[in-house]
Amino acid sequence: MSINVTMIGQLIAFAIFVWFTKAFVWPPLAQAMREREQRIADGLAASERGAEELEKARADYEQTMAEARQKASEILAQANKRSNEMIEEAREEARREGERLVEQARSEINQELARARQSLREEVAGIAAAGAGRILKREIDAGTHKSLIEDLVAEI
Amino acid sequence: MSANSENPVTGYIDHHLTNFEVGEGFWALHVDTLITSFVLGILFAGTFWLAARKATAGVPGSWQNFVEMVLEFIDGLVKESFHAKSNLIAPLALTIFIWVFLMNFMDLVPIDWLPTLAYALGFEYFKVVPPTNMNTTFGLSIGVFLLIIFYSLKFKGGLGYLKELLGHPFGLWFFPANLALNIIETLAKPISLSLRLFGNLYAAELIFVLLATMTLGVTAPELFSSAGNIAMFVGQVFLTTLWAIFHILVVPLQAFIFMILTIIYLSMASETDH
Repeated sequence: MSINVTMIGQLIAFAIFVWFTKAFVWPPLAQAMREREQRIADGLAASERGAEELEKARADYEQTMAEARQKASEILAQANKRSNEMIEEAREEARREGERLVEQARSEINQELARARQSLREEVAGIAAAGAGRILKREIDAGTHKSLIEDLVAEI
Repeated sequence: MSANSENPVTGYIDHHLTNFEVGEGFWALHVDTLITSFVLGILFAGTFWLAARKATAGVPGSWQNFVEMVLEFIDGLVKESFHAKSNLIAPLALTIFIWVFLMNFMDLVPIDWLPTLAYALGFEYFKVVPPTNMNTTFGLSIGVFLLIIFYSLKFKGGLGYLKELLGHPFGLWFFPANLALNIIETLAKPISLSLRLFGNLYAAELIFVLLATMTLGVTAPELFSSAGNIAMFVGQVFLTTLWAIFHILVVPLQAFIFMILTIIYLSMASETDH
């Protein structure tokens, strides 16, 4: 149980092990732990940032969607209005065209009627003149009795 | 060992408490203590170095995980009590904790295994538990003592340390009393450190030895031949188990106390404002 040089040996061994731990064991492990800590902190920060960005993107998306929806409904309303207008215009035009056609037909009928009346008159005058000639047994000179015939035609 | 022939029990106890000594007087070496503590120190340094060499900041393996756990535990203790800047304290505390723990742990190895093995290898005596040798505990505590002096000088300066030794706690006029008190206080630190560890482990080892003598010299066929022998055997197994379970607490506790007191002594040495 005596103290002897073993104590010095133990002291030296102690010093060697402390030196070894200080030089080769502690620093790499502490470094690795610090790095991992940093990495975890970075990861947490990144995930937080990601969540924020997601929130922002969602808000953007919702706003864009709302705008698009509104624009679509505007366009739809405009298109409806325009189609109504077009239908109205077409109806109006058709009506005018119809009226024009009716008018044209009517004037054509009138012209035709006038023309028919005229030719009928002339024919009747001819027939009358022929009839009168035959009655008088002589030729009525168309030239001399022209005024007479015209009077007759006007009378019919 | 003259007692060996007279009384087998005393002989057994003596045998277990004797170091394998080479040399004479102060220059004698306790080879068993040196070998055991050095092998355990290499075991500590080697296994921890293995973790440190492959240390990764990514997912750690189970060994690295364990080592990191120990490191973090010790780092927390050091940061709590040691406020000056030094990157020696934490590795020092780690070395003390694990090394002393391993050396204490040798107490839990069944008492005759290693001495018998050593005897087969030619060592007549082999005292297995290094902290039951005062050379070990004083070797450690003198290392701590030197560090206390070094830190006192480093952080307070030669003059500051001298002023503290002379002028504390009673004021400068009472410097002889102050100096005496401070010298006693400073010397008490390594002495109490080493004697506490030595005393605890020596007592524990002695009780293991005494329990082992309960059936000393009884051969296996004799063991169950009488009621007395059976009672002794059952009692021995029961008591040894109980003491070993208790010792599971003592082994890390003594290592922890040695470490934490070292940290506290060094933090006291490095504190500049009193």
